Amino acid sequence: MTNAMDDIAENAEAFFIIGSNTTSQHPVFGTKLRRAIQQRGTPLIVADPRRIDISDIATIHLQHKGGTDTALINGLSYLILQNGHEDKEFIAKRTEDFEEYRAVIQDYPPEKVSEITGVPVEMLKEAAEIMGTHKPMAVMWAMGITQHIKGVRNVMALAGLQMLLGNMGVQGGGTNPLRGQNNVQGACDLGGLPNNFPGYQKVFNPDVQKKFADAWGRGTAPKVGKTVTELVPEVLEGNTHAIYVLGEDPIMSDPDTKHIRANFEACDFVVLQELFESETAPYADVLLPGSSFAEKTGTFTNTERRVQMVRQAIAPIGDSRPDWHIISDLAKRIIALTPELLSLNAPYSGWDYDSTSAIMDEIAALTPQYSGISHERLENGERLQWPVKGYDHPGTPILHVGEFAHGKGKFKPIEHVPPTESPDDEYPYIMSTGRVLYHWHGGQMTRRVEGIMKVYGESLVEVNPDDAANIGLNGGENRIRLTSRHGTIESKALITERVPPGMVYANFHFPEASANELTHASLDPVAKIPEYKVTAVKVEKV
Amino acid sequence: MKKITLTIDHKKIEVPEGSTVLDAARAAEVYIPTLCDDPLLEPFGACRLCIVEIDGYRGLPTACSTPAADGMQVRTSSAMIETNRKTSMNLLLSDHPLDCQHCVANMRCDLQYVAAYVGVRGDNPYQGEKRSYELDDSNAFYNRDLDMCILCGKCVRACDEIQGRQAISFGYRGFSTKITAPFDLPIWESNCESCGRCVDMCPTGALFDKSQLKHGLPTGETKTTCPYCGVGCGLIVETKNGEIIGVRGDRENSVNEGHTCVKGRYGWEYVQHPDRVKKPLIRKYLLEGKKKSEIDKSSSDWEWAETSWDTALDITASNLAQIRDSHGADSIGFLTSAKCLNEENYLMNKLARQVIGTNNIDHCARL
Repeated sequence: MTNAMDDIAENAEAFFIIGSNTTSQHPVFGTKLRRAIQQRGTPLIVADPRRIDISDIATIHLQHKGGTDTALINGLSYLILQNGHEDKEFIAKRTEDFEEYRAVIQDYPPEKVSEITGVPVEMLKEAAEIMGTHKPMAVMWAMGITQHIKGVRNVMALAGLQMLLGNMGVQGGGTNPLRGQNNVQGACDLGGLPNNFPGYQKVFNPDVQKKFADAWGRGTAPKVGKTVTELVPEVLEGNTHAIYVLGEDPIMSDPDTKHIRANFEACDFVVLQELFESETAPYADVLLPGSSFAEKTGTFTNTERRVQMVRQAIAPIGDSRPDWHIISDLAKRIIALTPELLSLNAPYSGWDYDSTSAIMDEIAALTPQYSGISHERLENGERLQWPVKGYDHPGTPILHVGEFAHGKGKFKPIEHVPPTESPDDEYPYIMSTGRVLYHWHGGQMTRRVEGIMKVYGESLVEVNPDDAANIGLNGGENRIRLTSRHGTIESKALITERVPPGMVYANFHFPEASANELTHASLDPVAKIPEYKVTAVKVEKV
Repeated sequence: MKKITLTIDHKKIEVPEGSTVLDAARAAEVYIPTLCDDPLLEPFGACRLCIVEIDGYRGLPTACSTPAADGMQVRTSSAMIETNRKTSMNLLLSDHPLDCQHCVANMRCDLQYVAAYVGVRGDNPYQGEKRSYELDDSNAFYNRDLDMCILCGKCVRACDEIQGRQAISFGYRGFSTKITAPFDLPIWESNCESCGRCVDMCPTGALFDKSQLKHGLPTGETKTTCPYCGVGCGLIVETKNGEIIGVRGDRENSVNEGHTCVKGRYGWEYVQHPDRVKKPLIRKYLLEGKKKSEIDKSSSDWEWAETSWDTALDITASNLAQIRDSHGADSIGFLTSAKCLNEENYLMNKLARQVIGTNNIDHCARL
């Protein structure tokens, strides 16, 4: 997020939520927005194919067809330009390539956009009018924008919209992707990506390579590694021989489960470091018992880039160990087998950490955004949002104030591209996937909470009442079978107007009916993110 | 913001304009008892316990609903205040069960504390009818025992002003007044999202987490950060005998100011679930020195064996090193974890890049 959550709730003059079920997936931020809408009267525009909880209190709900986000955003930009509501000064001073952008936007008049998206022209006009007259507007999105073959392009289109309106680098504005997991921000920040060393320092940059080779006592090939969606399927191609999985459950969370299973089955060596015998455990050769958030001390980084303390409340369960112990112990044992690979004189070659505080000091030394972060400062109650440029720097609640981090903001002209799969005679429904309020991701945590299972104890696939009638669901058990080109599941149907006719919504919380048995592995060419939001399926009564 | 200065019990205090007398007293660290006020909620004036005397004001205004003004002289205690407070407290207690020892809120009950502060003694002069309602245990996470309710309205306001959900409100009139879900149905029939904020704010045992029925008071509390979504709410984990017995929101964390969602407040049982893997597990074939390519996965070779950390880590280390040496570092992939600590993610990145020598590291950010 470029802006902080409290800043958005307090200072935005309008909210635009697209592809985020905010009150369900980021509930406490969702309630902050709900308060602003109810108490401050802030207008809310929601763009979502489904009627989600927060769209019930929206000023306008643009119920566009799945996979037509770029067309919708371009159409709104067209109308903003037509109304003369663009921020000319911001565009002139702080951006470049506006003319190329404008040229593409001219291809998206409301009538055409209405045809592509299914949103009535009048609603498009009303939404554009609110956007043009309520500044700053904050844009929030989540996986509804990114889990498409053109996820990156969708994000660029939103960045274009916000630059057009001059809503960047100001209180209450910004581009605000809501990060799903508690520490997905931190995992990205600290090198958990195939193209980046910690702090988004590129693996192919020679200066960066040298920096880490000098620090760690060993260089790495200057070649971008493989993403999760590439390295697992490469087992069967003979390129991946071992997979080390820490605290994830790819069998539940990765696309096209059948293919993922086949790859894990064929892998020479699978290490799983986990709390439970997860759905991935049957494929593991070794299961190292890690520990939960309550059993260790360290930090998480939240969606607004705020680094916060996690503190140990209880001893590790059984003989389980904090994960940082396990990783450093293992690293030392591997190094001991071939010590000649490392230059042990390098300042950070070693693995003898007595606490996570010491690890954070090493992070600070090597990661520009974290260079002023220490456990000591956090324990003193400081609110630190990266970049924190030194131990006397207060952090950065809002990004891009006065100037973009990389100079001028580049407008990218983005054309609409249809999704990989469209409904046809054999697979007439569009399935989108996601989570529900009561459960979490692959469900390993929430399926082990009694109260939650009482409330939501089995898989439910949302089906529109008209479709339910066509399928022949007439109350009773309402069991359905969903089949895609990639697999099949059986589940109970939840008949609800929350999904429009022609669309079903499934989750991946329950192994017996995981939506990812059905999803396909079509990836965004840049981000390599799978297109979870659009899979063509057929639905039958069981 | 404009500041105003007033005097509370001879203490001068400067507060921002718009503060109430009760806000000013809190800032001056002068205790005024209250059961219906919370700094996070709008003033309500229901319990009549925060009465004060203010020069130039008639009667006993309530501190919670009186705006502080420049030069105001406030007294928080006098014979008149004490007498009236005792009367209010006795009226509240006249319709409240008095077996505190068996109450789930024992020793964390604001009513109990304020009654002790006010000092009600001897028989309650106000004896009369007592309300009796059926326990509403329809919610999966918390119960509602309206016999304990003092109608302070904090739950109604928390649901409206903080959660923005309006699941409950005051129903009926006079002595029959009670907090109800729509149509006086069980709470589970309402649009309640089980965020638990009403429970968190209840000053009596009227609203309590089901987990509190199993345990007494916690002996330890740890401030930490929620393990679920990216919002990063501050939590306080309550512990007893080395176990977690409850979780509530941390009011001092500005991300959530004590607020939580259903998962943050009620989703912690997994930590201590019997399914937790308690010892390193390793496939038997590895202990017996067999090759994976030669075993039958339906045989006992593929069964788990519990082992020591030394064995598990040595076997893991040698297998990874051997695969690196025979197939190259890029034949190994690491999936690090968006659920783990920053420090742990850094170490996974260092393990992949420095120890193994590959950039094949990713996590579920895309999934």
